Amino acid sequence: MKLAYFAWVRERIGIAEEEVALPAGIVTVGDLLHWLKGRGETYDAALQAPEIIRVAIDHEHVDHSEPLGGAREVAIFPPMTGG
Amino acid sequence: MAETRNSADLAATMYDGARETTHSASAPHSGKAENGTAGIRLDIRVQTERIDAGAVTSALAAPGAVGALVTFTGYCRDEGGRLKALELEHYPGMAERQIAKIAREAATRWPILGCAAIHRYGLIAPGEEIVLVACSSAHRGAAFEAASFLMDFMKTSAPFWKREHLVDGTMGGWVEAKDTDDAAADRWHRL
Repeated sequence: MKLAYFAWVRERIGIAEEEVALPAGIVTVGDLLHWLKGRGETYDAALQAPEIIRVAIDHEHVDHSEPLGGAREVAIFPPMTGG
Repeated sequence: MAETRNSADLAATMYDGARETTHSASAPHSGKAENGTAGIRLDIRVQTERIDAGAVTSALAAPGAVGALVTFTGYCRDEGGRLKALELEHYPGMAERQIAKIAREAATRWPILGCAAIHRYGLIAPGEEIVLVACSSAHRGAAFEAASFLMDFMKTSAPFWKREHLVDGTMGGWVEAKDTDDAAADRWHRL
C-alpha cells in the first residue's frame, strides 16, 4: 500500500511517500494511524494528535473508522488551509 | 431544482452531460471548458500560473441564458509587511477531483449555468491571487449562493496547505486551519 504525506505531516515524518506492508490486524484508517505512530520518533511527532489528522483513500476523504479495504493510496495530512 | 444533501456522485449522474476541463501544471491554458449540450460549463483548474480573471469570467458570461455572474477572488495578504510569500502545497489529482466534486454538488443545489474554480499552488506573493471562484446563473440569487458555497468548501475540503515565507528570509510556519472556516462550511449542511 502506498502512503502519501503532506504539509507538516510530511515534514515531520521526513518523507513524502512510502510503500508499506501492513501487519495483520490493521483494518481501519484509525488502526493504520495508531500503527504508524509507533514506527519511530518522526512518526510519533507527526501523529501525536491523531484526532486532527485527515485521511484520504484513493483521493476521497474518509473518516478514521473507514476500513482500508483494497486501498491503493492512503494520504495522511493536516486540516486543509487552501482558498 | 430540489436541494439535496446527496453525494456529488448523484450530481455527476444528473449532470452527466456537463463537460469539464482539468489542467495540470504542465499544460497551462491548454483549453477551455465548452458548453455541454445538456449541462453546465465547468472550468476546474489547479495551476501555478496567474489567473486571468477577465478571460475566465468572459467565458462564463457568454451570451445566452446567463443573467448573473458572481466572482470571488482570494488574494495573498502581506500580513503587515511581514510576509514575503505564501507557499501553497497541494495533493495533485485529489485537488482537481475534490474541486470538481464541490462544483458538481453546487450544481445540484442551485440552477447555475456555469462554474469556474481555479486554485494556484507554489509560491504566491502578496497582492497576487490565490483562488478564483465564479458562478453564472439566470438570476443573481443562485450565483451568489453557489459561489459562497463553493468557496467555503474549497477552503475546508480541497487538499491545499499554506506555509509562510517571511521577508527576513526565514521560513514561517504552516498556516493553521480556522474553526470559522469549518463553521462556514458546516452551515450549508443545515440548509
